[in-house]
Amino acid sequence: MNVRSQISMVFHLDKCIGCHTCSVACKNVWTDRKGAEYMWWNNVETKPGTGYPTLWEDQEEYQGGWEVSDGKLRLKSTSKKKIVFNIFHNPHMPSIDDYYEPWTYNYEHLFDAPAGDDQPVARPISQITGELVQIESGPNWDDDLGGSPVYAANDPNLEGLSEEQREQLSSVERLVYFYLPRICNHCLNPSCVASCPSGALYKRGQDGIVLVDQNRCRAWRSCIAACPYKKVYYNWFAGKAEKCILCYPRLETGQAPACFHSCVGRIRYLGVLLYDASRIEEVALKKDSELVEAHRSLILDPHDPEVIAAARAAGIDEGVLESARKSPVFKFVKEWKMALPPHIEYRTMPMLFYVPPLSPVISSRVNGLVDFDSTDFFHDIDESRVPVRFLANLLGAGEEREVRYALRKQKAVRWWRRAQTAGDVSQETALRMLEEADCTPEQAEAIYQLTSLCTFEDRFVIPPMHREQVIEQRQSPRQAQSSAGFGFTTGTGRSI
Amino acid sequence: MFDTLLFGVLPYVAMFTFFLVTIQRYRQRSFSYSSLSSQFLENRKHFWSLVPFHYGILVVLTGHIVAFLFPRELLAFNSRPVRLYILEIAALTGGLMTLVGLMSAIFRRATTAKIRTVTTVSDWLVYAMLTLQVANGVYVAVVHPWGSSWFAASVSPYLWSLARLTPDITTIAPLPWGVKLHIVNAYLLIGFFPFTRLVHVLVIPNVYLWRKPQVVRWPGRSRPYPAA
Repeated sequence: MNVRSQISMVFHLDKCIGCHTCSVACKNVWTDRKGAEYMWWNNVETKPGTGYPTLWEDQEEYQGGWEVSDGKLRLKSTSKKKIVFNIFHNPHMPSIDDYYEPWTYNYEHLFDAPAGDDQPVARPISQITGELVQIESGPNWDDDLGGSPVYAANDPNLEGLSEEQREQLSSVERLVYFYLPRICNHCLNPSCVASCPSGALYKRGQDGIVLVDQNRCRAWRSCIAACPYKKVYYNWFAGKAEKCILCYPRLETGQAPACFHSCVGRIRYLGVLLYDASRIEEVALKKDSELVEAHRSLILDPHDPEVIAAARAAGIDEGVLESARKSPVFKFVKEWKMALPPHIEYRTMPMLFYVPPLSPVISSRVNGLVDFDSTDFFHDIDESRVPVRFLANLLGAGEEREVRYALRKQKAVRWWRRAQTAGDVSQETALRMLEEADCTPEQAEAIYQLTSLCTFEDRFVIPPMHREQVIEQRQSPRQAQSSAGFGFTTGTGRSI
Repeated sequence: MFDTLLFGVLPYVAMFTFFLVTIQRYRQRSFSYSSLSSQFLENRKHFWSLVPFHYGILVVLTGHIVAFLFPRELLAFNSRPVRLYILEIAALTGGLMTLVGLMSAIFRRATTAKIRTVTTVSDWLVYAMLTLQVANGVYVAVVHPWGSSWFAASVSPYLWSLARLTPDITTIAPLPWGVKLHIVNAYLLIGFFPFTRLVHVLVIPNVYLWRKPQVVRWPGRSRPYPAA
């Protein structure tokens, strides 16, 4: 057992209201710079939809992530041999057109326009060339199903859905959508790191955050193509790769990342997971249908004395272990099995997990009333507006079992709480539902607490990161005191 | 006198600048060591210019280096005319590929609005010097054939004399102006090299070929630690 600690995330999709506050918070802090205008380290997509960059889930096109061939893990986009031949031109790299050309407006014109008969207007200008542009698409062009015949209808997750289900997804009065907020997954087996010819990308040993060493990045661009989630971006001005840094300067001072902190729907949870690093490869080689469970099996129980002993032996701080025991992520992912990794079939072992969203409850079952007394309490999970198959393509590597389990539990908890407060569900029925959903009343209460009544401290259990120790190991504390704290001050110009 | 300056002094000035600036730049401004790829802004013409250019220049440069390092062996190899013809054709093809790639790269940069915004004066200077060098090289290859032999016979001894710090320009003094221009421009390119984006050549990612896939860095350990 090789115990390592990872700062992991859970996004509770049932609570996401799609307000984009997270995206804006991130943009204002990190990507409001030349060359980074088009980047959204955090973005929120409407599902079904084609996302950002367009069709990022289509790995036939982008060749992101890993594949198993001859019992070995290989990068889809590149390999040691291929890198020699493709270094001058990366055949799978997305271009700016796959994202969008960033623009602003020539507001100056409102003041400078010569006197005339018409009101002057501010026209859109490209933030790259400064020339007037005709805006044809942009981030979230398909927000809330805008242009769904083009966007939603081409969602790669619709694979395997019947014609009827596809039609239902977009038919008036029955259509449905939910939001998928996305940041870097800070994977255990990151394909961006594995593809970097310069070794500039790395995973921090102490907390698993995946970063780009900008001083080593030489713009070979392999990471951009290799990340199946398209969460490594190319700064076209600086000639460097950039990505979500999980706001590590904030984490190191005990604050939640900007997108977590600003989340209006309180959908985001952050905490430590302990995992067994020696089994990553073995797990990544499993069949698609076993991946979700195998991935979960990597996560170790921080209450287990054996795990604690191994973690201490691996040099993991006592404070981190303490934090791991309180981790809301551990509860959602391992204890309750309600949070699932996105597209685990890409085999990067993402450490961001999603609680699948419940679809609208079908409210006219019998004579316009909800059929509470049905013997199958979970009927509307299978008949829900978002087909389980769709969620399974997104969160279960095509396997419905895990998704159905998570949805059932959520529903059982709702009915349990209904029985406690509204009283229109009998205690007996609620208990039976819980039992069928593999849940106890105590667990249901805990899920309810952490879902609905969670405070800042419940949602964000940030381990002590002992910045002071790291600084002492690297440089004199006095020198660190007079520096910027992170990054470097030698300038970031393109040339000497 | 002029020859001494161009062929006896200039190479040392160029090499001195090259080593001093590349090393200092790497130590102080490692960030600026980047290929500054513009593929992200323009993906199609990029393929048709950058691929032939790089493959072409690899062939040509390899030829120059082999002729410099192994002149005797090369002359022996060229003693059979068939081999000489093959080398000659390979070199000329490489040179033409470089030229075509370079021309389309210049065309791409000049005509694509997005690429123009990431273009600096130094980029244009690099293009100008490379165009002169490559076009001149192709001219020499056509007008003064069998370069692989005469390079080994007259340029290699001169280059070796430079390397031994006893510059002797007698072997290259009688060479035609085209060849001399090629040599002088090469020195200018070497001297200008460390100030430009060309430095990416020095950081080609050879480590990738033998490192483990995952890179994990631990606080307090200075070297990236290969994952288990």
